[in-house]
Amino acid sequence: MDKRAAFRSWWLPSLFALPQIILILLFFYWPAVAVLRWAFTLEPPFGGAAEFVGFTNFQEVFADPLYWNSVGISLAFALCGTLATIFIGLVLALAVDRQLPGSAPFRFLYILPYAIAGPAAGMAFRFILSPERGLMASANAAFPDFWNPAKYGSHALILVIIVFAWKWAGYTFIFLLAGLQSVPRSLIEAAAMDGCGPIRRAVDIQIPLLAPTLFFLLVIMMTEGFVGADTYGIVARTTDGGPNHGTDVMVYRIVEEAFRGLNYSGASAQSLVLIGLIMIFTFIQFRFIERQVHYK
Amino acid sequence: MADITIRAVRKSYGKNPTLHGIDLAFASGEFVVILGPSGCGKSTLLRMIAGLEEITSGEIAINGKVVNRLEPRERGCAMVFQNYALYPHMTVAGNIGYALKVAGVPKAERLRRIEETAKIVGLSDYLDRKPAALSGGQRQRVAMARAIIREPNVFLFDEPLSNLDAKLRVTMRAEIRKLHQRLSATSIFVTHDQVEAMTLADKLVVMNKGVVEQVGQPLDIYHRPASIFVASFIGSPAMNLFDAAVDVDNACLTFGGTKMPIDRGLATRLGARQITVGIRPEQCAVAPEGVSLKVDFIEELGSGRVIHSELNGYPFAASVDEHTRVRPGDRITLELPLAHLHLFDRETGRRIEIDLAPRAIRSSASQPTLQAV
Repeated sequence: MDKRAAFRSWWLPSLFALPQIILILLFFYWPAVAVLRWAFTLEPPFGGAAEFVGFTNFQEVFADPLYWNSVGISLAFALCGTLATIFIGLVLALAVDRQLPGSAPFRFLYILPYAIAGPAAGMAFRFILSPERGLMASANAAFPDFWNPAKYGSHALILVIIVFAWKWAGYTFIFLLAGLQSVPRSLIEAAAMDGCGPIRRAVDIQIPLLAPTLFFLLVIMMTEGFVGADTYGIVARTTDGGPNHGTDVMVYRIVEEAFRGLNYSGASAQSLVLIGLIMIFTFIQFRFIERQVHYK
Repeated sequence: MADITIRAVRKSYGKNPTLHGIDLAFASGEFVVILGPSGCGKSTLLRMIAGLEEITSGEIAINGKVVNRLEPRERGCAMVFQNYALYPHMTVAGNIGYALKVAGVPKAERLRRIEETAKIVGLSDYLDRKPAALSGGQRQRVAMARAIIREPNVFLFDEPLSNLDAKLRVTMRAEIRKLHQRLSATSIFVTHDQVEAMTLADKLVVMNKGVVEQVGQPLDIYHRPASIFVASFIGSPAMNLFDAAVDVDNACLTFGGTKMPIDRGLATRLGARQITVGIRPEQCAVAPEGVSLKVDFIEELGSGRVIHSELNGYPFAASVDEHTRVRPGDRITLELPLAHLHLFDRETGRRIEIDLAPRAIRSSASQPTLQAV
């Protein structure tokens, strides 16, 4: 049945669509065009005459070793964060999917962290994993400097990845649980009859059948890790990009450069590079990984 | 080869009991068919034997060993599922050999056994295909091969033929029977199809609403159904059942305006009570005397025809041969031979064990060749 409503005039449907069109133009295309323009001009911080400078902004960005540092940090953050969230979400989903007695409340509990804002979670973890008073304090007492995100960039990076994984595992959990529940129960039973325990069943039957969901989450979480609002929020509230640019992920660097350094042009150029990188990653994922995930 | 004993097995989901105490014993090598309508608990019982469903109370023993607490893999059963449950991401060979792979059988031996098994079920040319590229019958064979390759003590079949078309179902039925003769493992086959049940079973278990109605050889059950339920469930077209009363004074069964004389001694033994009378359609004969019925419609079967009509408000069918000239709207007279009547107590629904046409009388019955067993 055709459910489309047919309009006789052109202006009435246009009027209905107008609010949405205005919103998209205002909050999506206008900034995007502005970024594109700023990336190729020298934009004075307090407005006024912008000067076209061609690719100079890009040359400056690429010449900066700190920029390449932040690309590396971002890659590490997105990759580790993605793998950690998917792995944790998968383990939790597999456990809940067994529907053992008493597992029902966990379905709800595991999703909860997703409802908490990233910066708030980051703040909490700053205290929970604080080297002086937090969970790791006793380890530090035994082995001084065993854990100190304020001092070591690698520790700080681990800290923000933990916060990211803690929050987003609930999100992957939802998708993976839904995916697992669409695996026919009789397949699990057949595997049980064939002699598999729960872990073997997960590895041989459930995970291969989850491949489409896993691929979807890989793309979504990589993108989230690279440009997600949470990535900025977590880094800003937990480590402030430090120590010594140790957690200076690309989104954090862009915001800092634009609004603290007032270098709109450089930040815009970096934004464009980031968008380009995301497109390349997504293309690679679709081109080479998606092929492997269809089992029919 | 294994015998199976089921003792006072009950199953409840929450507060809803689905099995109300099942006691059964299956001998080693027997082909047992559990027959019942959907929701009667037959699949639940099978899954409890397999270990896929917890046993609420009671005991299941395989080869004398109680298996209540054992995992499915420790019970030595193989199961063929209704929807086949093939692993969609594995090839046919992968599906068949998966159990061996899990058991850690070396690859060379595994491949050899996969090929052997595939040959038994006629799948040798399809080993590299994925299940999605197979027809329904082929998938069914993969499911069987997957069970066979494990050389199990017990085969469990959960309505394996119900997804196949009618013709394939008959073929696969014969193949399952042949396979059983060859492997002679104890087999338990769950179905709601009484033809499958009659043709396959060494021992038939009829279940209804979580209880066992009758256990026995298929022909015994066909000829002496233990309850109204079994009588109506087994046989196609179904047995005619209608209510009647015993008139002890006049020594007859009365239904509608009809009085059917019976032996006075038997009438006394039956006593004045409400009964349900059953007779199979194929045992009603067109005769000069008997009950007169109006023909509603006729089903042609080729080898014969089934006349549908109404007796005293109850649907009534009679099988007649293809030469009987009859048209819808005609009136026909059917004889209901006493020897073939089944009597059931209407209150309990159970069979009344009484022979309405003992040997002395039966010799004078109109159809001496069709004797009740």
